[in-house]
Amino acid sequence: MEWQTNGYVLAVRRHGESSAIIDVFTREHGRYCGLVRGASGKRLRGILQPGNLLHLHWRARLSEHLGMFTVEGGSSLAAPLLDDPVALSGLLAACAIINHTLPEREAHERLYDAFSFLLEEMQNLEVWPALYIRLEVGILDELGYGLDLSKCAATNETENLTHISPRTGRAVCASAAEPYLDKLLPLPQFLSGKGFDLEADDLKNGLRLCAYFLERRLLWPANKQLPDARERMMDRLKI
Amino acid sequence: MPHTSAGPQIEQLITLLSRLPGLGPRSARRAVLHLIRRKESLLEPLGRSMIEAAQRIQSCKQCGNIDVRNPCAICDAPGREQTSLCVVEQVGDLWALERAGAHRGRYFVLGGVLSAIDGVRPEDLHIDRLLALAEQPQITEVILALSANVDGASTSHYLSDVLAKANVTVTSIARGVPVGGELDYLDDGTLSAALQSRRSV
Repeated sequence: MEWQTNGYVLAVRRHGESSAIIDVFTREHGRYCGLVRGASGKRLRGILQPGNLLHLHWRARLSEHLGMFTVEGGSSLAAPLLDDPVALSGLLAACAIINHTLPEREAHERLYDAFSFLLEEMQNLEVWPALYIRLEVGILDELGYGLDLSKCAATNETENLTHISPRTGRAVCASAAEPYLDKLLPLPQFLSGKGFDLEADDLKNGLRLCAYFLERRLLWPANKQLPDARERMMDRLKI
Repeated sequence: MPHTSAGPQIEQLITLLSRLPGLGPRSARRAVLHLIRRKESLLEPLGRSMIEAAQRIQSCKQCGNIDVRNPCAICDAPGREQTSLCVVEQVGDLWALERAGAHRGRYFVLGGVLSAIDGVRPEDLHIDRLLALAEQPQITEVILALSANVDGASTSHYLSDVLAKANVTVTSIARGVPVGGELDYLDDGTLSAALQSRRSV
Protein backbone atom coordinates (compact mmCIF):
# COMPACT_ATOMS: atom_id res chain seq x y z
CA MET A 1 0.00 0.00 0.00
CA GLU A 2 1.35 3.43 -0.85
CA TRP A 3 0.40 6.87 -2.01
CA GLN A 4 2.06 10.22 -2.66
CA THR A 5 0.58 13.65 -2.27
CA ASN A 6 1.03 17.02 -0.60
CA GLY A 7 -0.24 17.63 2.88
CA TYR A 8 -0.03 19.95 5.87
CA VAL A 9 1.62 18.89 9.11
CA LEU A 10 -0.91 19.08 11.95
CA ALA A 11 1.07 17.61 14.82
CA VAL A 12 4.38 15.94 15.54
CA ARG A 13 4.94 13.55 18.45
CA ARG A 14 8.38 12.20 19.21
CA HIS A 15 8.66 8.46 18.98
CA GLY A 16 11.79 6.89 20.40
CA GLU A 17 15.05 8.73 20.04
CA SER A 18 15.01 9.90 16.48
CA SER A 19 11.59 9.12 14.98
CA ALA A 20 8.26 10.88 15.19
CA ILE A 21 4.63 10.07 14.54
CA ILE A 22 3.13 12.88 12.51
CA ASP A 23 -0.46 13.80 11.76
CA VAL A 24 -0.93 15.34 8.34
CA PHE A 25 -3.93 16.70 6.46
CA THR A 26 -4.15 15.81 2.78
CA ARG A 27 -6.75 16.58 0.15
CA GLU A 28 -7.10 13.02 -1.14
CA HIS A 29 -6.75 11.01 2.08
CA GLY A 30 -7.87 13.38 4.83
CA ARG A 31 -6.12 13.28 8.19
CA TYR A 32 -3.45 10.61 8.25
CA CYS A 33 -0.88 9.42 10.77
CA GLY A 34 2.44 7.80 10.06
CA LEU A 35 5.94 7.25 11.35
CA VAL A 36 8.83 9.38 10.13
CA ARG A 37 12.29 7.98 10.71
CA GLY A 38 15.05 10.48 11.45
CA ALA A 39 12.54 13.17 12.36
CA SER A 40 14.84 14.76 14.91
CA GLY A 41 17.74 14.89 12.46
CA LYS A 42 19.05 18.11 10.95
CA ARG A 43 17.31 17.57 7.62
CA LEU A 44 13.81 17.01 8.92
CA ARG A 45 13.37 18.77 12.25
CA GLY A 46 13.01 22.17 10.61
CA ILE A 47 10.35 21.11 8.15
CA LEU A 48 8.31 18.92 10.50
CA GLN A 49 6.51 21.87 12.05
CA PRO A 50 2.74 22.35 12.31
CA GLY A 51 1.37 24.24 9.31
CA ASN A 52 4.16 23.34 6.89
CA LEU A 53 3.13 21.93 3.52
CA LEU A 54 5.16 18.83 2.64
CA HIS A 55 5.38 16.33 -0.14
CA LEU A 56 4.44 13.02 1.48
CA HIS A 57 5.04 9.45 0.46
CA TRP A 58 3.14 7.01 2.69
CA ARG A 59 3.93 3.31 2.60
CA ALA A 60 2.72 0.29 4.59
CA ARG A 61 2.42 -3.43 4.02
CA LEU A 62 -1.30 -3.44 4.87
CA SER A 63 -3.67 -0.49 4.63
CA GLU A 64 -4.62 -0.73 8.31
CA HIS A 65 -1.00 -0.38 9.43
CA LEU A 66 0.30 2.90 10.81
CA GLY A 67 2.71 3.11 7.89
CA MET A 68 5.77 5.20 7.29
CA PHE A 69 6.10 8.60 5.70
CA THR A 70 8.97 9.77 3.58
CA VAL A 71 8.78 13.55 3.51
CA GLU A 72 10.26 16.35 1.50
CA GLY A 73 9.97 20.03 2.28
CA GLY A 74 7.39 22.01 0.35
CA SER A 75 6.26 25.38 1.67
CA SER A 76 7.38 26.52 5.07
CA LEU A 77 4.30 28.40 6.25
CA ALA A 78 5.18 28.25 9.96
CA ALA A 79 8.56 29.99 9.88
CA PRO A 80 7.34 33.45 8.77
CA LEU A 81 4.78 33.38 11.60
CA LEU A 82 7.17 32.58 14.45
CA ASP A 83 7.59 36.24 15.35
CA ASP A 84 3.89 37.06 15.07
CA PRO A 85 2.19 35.84 18.26
CA VAL A 86 -1.37 36.40 17.03
CA ALA A 87 -0.89 34.63 13.69
CA LEU A 88 1.09 31.83 15.34
CA SER A 89 -1.72 31.25 17.82
CA GLY A 90 -4.17 31.09 14.89
CA LEU A 91 -2.00 28.60 13.03
CA LEU A 92 -1.74 26.36 16.09
CA ALA A 93 -5.47 26.62 16.77
CA ALA A 94 -6.34 25.72 13.17
CA CYS A 95 -4.00 22.70 13.19
CA ALA A 96 -5.29 21.61 16.60
CA ILE A 97 -8.98 21.90 15.74
CA ILE A 98 -8.56 19.87 12.54
CA ASN A 99 -6.50 17.28 14.39
CA HIS A 100 -8.97 17.18 17.25
CA THR A 101 -12.19 16.84 15.33
CA LEU A 102 -11.62 15.06 12.02
CA PRO A 103 -11.65 11.28 11.92
CA GLU A 104 -8.61 9.61 10.40
CA ARG A 105 -8.40 8.54 6.78
CA GLU A 106 -11.55 10.30 5.60
CA ALA A 107 -11.15 12.75 2.73
CA HIS A 108 -12.71 16.19 3.26
CA GLU A 109 -11.71 18.13 0.19
CA ARG A 110 -13.70 21.27 0.96
CA LEU A 111 -12.22 21.45 4.42
CA TYR A 112 -8.75 20.93 3.03
CA ASP A 113 -9.26 23.83 0.63
CA ALA A 114 -10.61 26.04 3.44
CA PHE A 115 -7.67 25.09 5.69
CA SER A 116 -5.19 25.74 2.90
CA PHE A 117 -6.72 29.15 2.17
CA LEU A 118 -6.69 30.04 5.87
CA LEU A 119 -2.98 29.22 6.23
CA GLU A 120 -2.11 31.25 3.15
CA GLU A 121 -3.91 34.28 4.63
CA MET A 122 -2.42 33.85 8.09
CA GLN A 123 -0.35 37.02 7.85
CA ASN A 124 -3.45 39.10 7.14
CA LEU A 125 -5.04 39.81 10.53
CA GLU A 126 -8.03 41.52 8.89
CA VAL A 127 -9.03 38.30 7.20
CA TRP A 128 -7.86 35.15 8.94
CA PRO A 129 -9.97 35.21 12.13
CA ALA A 130 -13.14 35.18 10.03
CA LEU A 131 -11.69 32.42 7.84
CA TYR A 132 -10.91 30.44 10.98
CA ILE A 133 -14.55 30.68 12.08
CA ARG A 134 -15.66 29.60 8.62
CA LEU A 135 -13.32 26.62 8.93
CA GLU A 136 -15.02 25.58 12.17
CA VAL A 137 -18.44 26.01 10.59
CA GLY A 138 -17.13 23.87 7.72
CA ILE A 139 -16.00 21.16 10.15
CA LEU A 140 -19.51 20.99 11.61
CA ASP A 141 -20.98 20.88 8.12
CA GLU A 142 -18.63 18.18 6.82
CA LEU A 143 -19.18 15.95 9.82
CA GLY A 144 -22.97 16.08 9.54
CA TYR A 145 -23.79 18.73 12.13
CA GLY A 146 -23.97 21.74 9.83
CA LEU A 147 -25.77 24.92 10.74
CA ASP A 148 -28.83 25.64 8.60
CA LEU A 149 -28.42 29.25 7.57
CA SER A 150 -30.69 29.12 4.53
CA LYS A 151 -33.91 30.35 6.16
CA CYS A 152 -35.58 31.13 9.47
CA ALA A 153 -36.66 28.02 11.36
CA ALA A 154 -39.82 29.80 12.58
CA THR A 155 -41.00 31.96 9.67
CA ASN A 156 -39.12 30.58 6.63
CA GLU A 157 -37.84 34.10 5.97
CA THR A 158 -34.51 34.18 4.17
CA GLU A 159 -33.60 37.75 5.12
CA ASN A 160 -32.46 39.32 8.39
CA LEU A 161 -31.27 36.09 10.00
CA THR A 162 -29.70 37.18 13.27
CA HIS A 163 -29.62 34.19 15.60
CA ILE A 164 -29.13 30.43 15.75
CA SER A 165 -31.20 28.00 17.73
CA PRO A 166 -28.87 26.13 20.12
CA ARG A 167 -31.16 23.11 19.99
CA THR A 168 -31.46 22.64 16.22
CA GLY A 169 -28.59 24.67 14.75
CA ARG A 170 -31.06 26.46 12.48
CA ALA A 171 -31.13 30.19 11.82
CA VAL A 172 -33.79 32.45 13.31
CA CYS A 173 -34.77 35.86 11.91
CA ALA A 174 -34.76 39.01 14.04
CA SER A 175 -38.52 39.23 14.55
CA ALA A 176 -38.88 35.57 15.57
CA ALA A 177 -35.81 35.77 17.78
CA GLU A 178 -37.09 38.78 19.75
CA PRO A 179 -38.83 36.86 22.60
CA TYR A 180 -35.96 34.35 22.99
CA LEU A 181 -32.87 36.55 22.84
CA ASP A 182 -31.50 35.14 26.09
CA LYS A 183 -31.69 31.56 24.77
CA LEU A 184 -30.53 31.99 21.17
CA LEU A 185 -26.95 32.32 19.97
CA PRO A 186 -26.13 35.49 17.98
CA LEU A 187 -25.24 34.81 14.34
CA PRO A 188 -22.38 36.94 12.92
CA GLN A 189 -23.54 38.55 9.70
CA PHE A 190 -20.49 37.43 7.73
CA LEU A 191 -21.60 33.84 8.27
CA SER A 192 -25.08 34.45 6.90
CA GLY A 193 -23.66 35.49 3.56
CA LYS A 194 -23.91 39.25 4.11
CA GLY A 195 -20.49 40.17 2.84
CA PHE A 196 -17.18 39.95 4.62
CA ASP A 197 -17.33 43.02 6.85
CA LEU A 198 -16.77 42.26 10.49
CA GLU A 199 -18.70 44.07 13.18
CA ALA A 200 -17.47 44.57 16.73
CA ASP A 201 -18.72 41.35 18.31
CA ASP A 202 -18.72 39.15 15.23
CA LEU A 203 -15.54 37.26 16.08
CA LYS A 204 -16.58 36.67 19.66
CA ASN A 205 -20.07 35.56 18.62
CA GLY A 206 -18.72 33.37 15.82
CA LEU A 207 -16.23 31.57 18.06
CA ARG A 208 -18.83 31.20 20.78
CA LEU A 209 -21.33 29.78 18.29
CA CYS A 210 -18.82 27.27 16.91
CA ALA A 211 -17.58 26.28 20.36
CA TYR A 212 -21.16 25.56 21.43
CA PHE A 213 -21.83 23.14 18.59
CA LEU A 214 -18.34 21.65 18.36
CA GLU A 215 -18.41 20.76 22.04
CA ARG A 216 -21.94 19.38 22.16
CA ARG A 217 -22.05 17.63 18.79
CA LEU A 218 -18.48 16.43 18.30
CA LEU A 219 -16.19 16.71 21.29
CA TRP A 220 -18.15 15.96 24.45
CA PRO A 221 -19.66 12.70 23.06
CA ALA A 222 -16.07 11.60 22.34
CA ASN A 223 -14.96 12.70 25.83
CA LYS A 224 -12.82 15.50 24.40
CA GLN A 225 -12.52 19.21 25.08
CA LEU A 226 -11.75 22.11 22.77
CA PRO A 227 -7.98 22.32 22.30
CA ASP A 228 -6.04 24.70 24.55
CA ALA A 229 -4.53 26.27 21.45
CA ARG A 230 -7.98 27.65 20.55
CA GLU A 231 -8.32 29.29 23.94
CA ARG A 232 -4.84 30.82 23.60
CA MET A 233 -5.82 32.16 20.16
CA MET A 234 -8.90 33.82 21.71
CA ASP A 235 -6.67 35.39 24.37
CA ARG A 236 -4.35 36.69 21.65
CA LEU A 237 -7.28 38.10 19.69
CA LYS A 238 -8.48 39.67 22.97
CA ILE A 239 -11.89 38.07 22.66
CA MET B 1 11.30 -15.66 26.27
CA PRO B 2 14.75 -14.79 24.96
CA HIS B 3 17.45 -17.35 25.56
CA THR B 4 19.65 -16.28 28.49
CA SER B 5 23.28 -17.25 28.75
CA ALA B 6 24.19 -15.29 31.88
CA GLY B 7 23.01 -15.11 35.47
CA PRO B 8 20.00 -13.03 36.56
CA GLN B 9 22.15 -10.13 37.88
CA ILE B 10 23.93 -9.77 34.54
CA GLU B 11 20.65 -10.05 32.63
CA GLN B 12 19.19 -7.38 34.91
CA LEU B 13 22.17 -5.12 34.16
CA ILE B 14 21.71 -5.67 30.41
CA THR B 15 17.98 -4.91 30.68
CA LEU B 16 18.61 -1.70 32.60
CA LEU B 17 21.37 -0.51 30.28
CA SER B 18 19.25 -1.25 27.21
CA ARG B 19 16.79 1.39 28.43
CA LEU B 20 19.37 4.15 28.07
CA PRO B 21 19.19 6.47 25.06
CA GLY B 22 21.20 5.15 22.13
CA LEU B 23 21.39 1.60 23.49
CA GLY B 24 19.35 -1.44 22.54
CA PRO B 25 19.59 -5.01 23.90
CA ARG B 26 22.56 -5.92 21.68
CA SER B 27 24.61 -2.82 22.42
CA ALA B 28 23.72 -3.10 26.13
CA ARG B 29 25.05 -6.67 26.09
CA ARG B 30 28.32 -5.45 24.52
CA ALA B 31 28.58 -2.67 27.09
CA VAL B 32 28.04 -5.12 29.95
CA LEU B 33 30.68 -7.49 28.59
CA HIS B 34 33.06 -4.55 28.33
CA LEU B 35 32.32 -3.57 31.94
CA ILE B 36 32.79 -7.12 33.19
CA ARG B 37 36.14 -7.43 31.44
CA ARG B 38 37.25 -4.24 33.23
CA LYS B 39 35.71 -5.00 36.58
CA GLU B 40 38.19 -3.18 38.84
CA SER B 41 38.95 -0.26 36.56
CA LEU B 42 35.43 0.40 35.22
CA LEU B 43 32.54 -1.66 36.60
CA GLU B 44 33.16 -1.07 40.31
CA PRO B 45 34.00 2.68 40.03
CA LEU B 46 30.98 3.14 37.77
CA GLY B 47 28.72 1.40 40.27
CA ARG B 48 30.08 3.52 43.13
CA SER B 49 29.70 6.72 41.09
CA MET B 50 26.14 5.90 40.19
CA ILE B 51 25.17 5.16 43.78
CA GLU B 52 26.82 8.37 44.97
CA ALA B 53 25.21 10.42 42.22
CA ALA B 54 21.77 8.89 42.91
CA GLN B 55 22.12 9.79 46.59
CA ARG B 56 23.40 13.33 46.14
CA ILE B 57 21.83 14.72 42.94
CA GLN B 58 19.13 17.29 43.47
CA SER B 59 17.31 19.94 41.53
CA CYS B 60 18.40 23.51 42.26
CA LYS B 61 15.60 25.34 44.06
CA GLN B 62 16.52 28.59 42.31
CA CYS B 63 17.07 27.69 38.67
CA GLY B 64 16.03 24.03 38.28
CA ASN B 65 19.52 22.89 37.21
CA ILE B 66 20.73 19.49 38.39
CA ASP B 67 23.67 19.44 40.77
CA VAL B 68 24.90 17.81 43.96
CA ARG B 69 24.51 21.05 45.86
CA ASN B 70 21.59 23.38 46.36
CA PRO B 71 21.73 26.17 45.17
CA CYS B 72 23.69 24.77 42.24
CA ALA B 73 27.28 25.76 41.37
CA ILE B 74 26.05 28.24 38.73
CA CYS B 75 23.60 30.04 41.02
CA ASP B 76 26.19 30.11 43.78
CA ALA B 77 29.14 31.27 41.64
CA PRO B 78 30.28 34.67 42.97
CA GLY B 79 31.66 36.01 39.68
CA ARG B 80 28.56 35.55 37.56
CA GLU B 81 26.46 38.38 36.23
CA GLN B 82 23.38 38.79 38.37
CA THR B 83 21.47 41.07 35.99
CA SER B 84 20.55 38.68 33.17
CA LEU B 85 18.51 35.52 33.38
CA CYS B 86 18.54 33.00 30.53
CA VAL B 87 15.41 30.81 30.28
CA VAL B 88 15.93 27.35 28.77
CA GLU B 89 13.62 24.44 28.15
CA GLN B 90 15.57 21.56 29.75
CA VAL B 91 18.71 21.02 31.81
CA GLY B 92 20.45 19.73 28.66
CA ASP B 93 19.98 23.15 27.04
CA LEU B 94 21.50 24.85 30.09
CA TRP B 95 24.50 22.56 29.92
CA ALA B 96 24.87 23.25 26.17
CA LEU B 97 24.91 27.03 26.73
CA GLU B 98 27.28 26.68 29.63
CA ARG B 99 29.59 24.48 27.56
CA ALA B 100 29.67 27.16 24.88
CA GLY B 101 30.48 29.77 27.52
CA ALA B 102 28.12 32.12 25.71
CA HIS B 103 26.14 33.29 28.73
CA ARG B 104 27.78 34.51 31.92
CA GLY B 105 24.59 35.31 33.80
CA ARG B 106 22.04 33.18 35.59
CA TYR B 107 19.73 30.50 34.18
CA PHE B 108 16.23 29.22 34.66
CA VAL B 109 15.00 25.80 33.52
CA LEU B 110 11.38 26.07 32.43
CA GLY B 111 10.74 22.32 32.31
CA GLY B 112 9.32 22.14 28.77
CA VAL B 113 7.32 24.20 26.29
CA LEU B 114 3.62 24.68 25.72
CA SER B 115 2.36 21.99 23.39
CA ALA B 116 -1.12 21.45 22.04
CA ILE B 117 -0.42 17.88 21.02
CA ASP B 118 1.31 16.80 24.23
CA GLY B 119 -1.20 18.67 26.38
CA VAL B 120 1.45 20.81 28.09
CA ARG B 121 -0.31 23.83 29.60
CA PRO B 122 1.12 26.91 31.32
CA GLU B 123 0.45 25.40 34.76
CA ASP B 124 2.67 22.42 33.84
CA LEU B 125 5.70 24.71 33.47
CA HIS B 126 7.59 26.57 36.23
CA ILE B 127 6.24 29.95 35.19
CA ASP B 128 5.36 31.19 38.69
CA ARG B 129 8.93 30.54 39.86
CA LEU B 130 10.29 32.31 36.77
CA LEU B 131 8.13 35.35 37.42
CA ALA B 132 9.23 35.46 41.06
CA LEU B 133 12.87 35.29 39.97
CA ALA B 134 12.42 37.94 37.26
CA GLU B 135 10.86 40.29 39.81
CA GLN B 136 14.06 40.34 41.87
CA PRO B 137 15.43 43.89 41.67
CA GLN B 138 18.89 42.92 40.35
CA ILE B 139 17.45 41.18 37.23
CA THR B 140 17.20 43.61 34.30
CA GLU B 141 17.04 41.26 31.31
CA VAL B 142 15.37 37.90 30.69
CA ILE B 143 16.71 36.04 27.65
CA LEU B 144 14.31 33.45 26.21
CA ALA B 145 16.51 30.68 24.77
CA LEU B 146 13.82 28.25 23.69
CA SER B 147 13.72 25.97 20.65
CA ALA B 148 13.26 27.65 17.28
CA ASN B 149 10.09 25.77 16.45
CA VAL B 150 6.37 26.48 16.61
CA ASP B 151 5.97 25.31 20.23
CA GLY B 152 9.10 27.14 21.36
CA ALA B 153 7.98 30.35 19.66
CA SER B 154 4.47 30.22 21.10
CA THR B 155 5.94 29.61 24.58
CA SER B 156 8.26 32.59 24.12
CA HIS B 157 5.30 34.82 23.24
CA TYR B 158 3.37 33.55 26.25
CA LEU B 159 6.35 34.17 28.56
CA SER B 160 6.91 37.66 27.21
CA ASP B 161 3.29 38.47 28.11
CA VAL B 162 3.71 37.03 31.60
CA LEU B 163 7.04 38.80 32.14
CA ALA B 164 5.48 42.14 31.23
CA LYS B 165 4.44 42.26 34.91
CA ALA B 166 8.11 42.29 35.94
CA ASN B 167 10.23 45.34 35.26
CA VAL B 168 12.66 43.57 32.89
CA THR B 169 13.69 43.66 29.24
CA VAL B 170 12.63 40.44 27.54
CA THR B 171 14.79 39.28 24.62
CA SER B 172 15.03 36.04 22.68
CA ILE B 173 17.91 34.31 20.94
CA ALA B 174 18.22 34.84 17.18
CA ARG B 175 17.10 32.40 14.50
CA GLY B 176 18.79 31.84 11.17
CA VAL B 177 21.86 30.54 9.40
CA PRO B 178 24.08 28.39 11.65
CA VAL B 179 27.83 28.95 11.76
CA GLY B 180 29.30 26.98 8.86
CA GLY B 181 25.89 26.71 7.19
CA GLU B 182 25.61 26.99 3.43
CA LEU B 183 22.46 28.62 2.13
CA ASP B 184 21.99 26.00 -0.56
CA TYR B 185 21.51 23.29 2.06
CA LEU B 186 19.20 25.15 4.44
CA ASP B 187 15.47 24.49 4.60
CA ASP B 188 12.97 27.17 3.55
CA GLY B 189 11.91 27.93 7.10
CA THR B 190 15.44 28.66 8.32
CA LEU B 191 16.14 30.84 5.28
CA SER B 192 12.92 32.73 5.79
CA ALA B 193 13.66 33.27 9.52
CA ALA B 194 17.22 34.34 8.69
CA LEU B 195 16.01 36.94 6.22
CA GLN B 196 13.41 38.23 8.65
CA SER B 197 16.07 38.64 11.35
CA ARG B 198 18.57 40.39 9.04
CA ARG B 199 20.60 43.25 10.47
CA SER B 200 22.75 46.02 9.08
CA VAL B 201 26.48 45.32 8.80
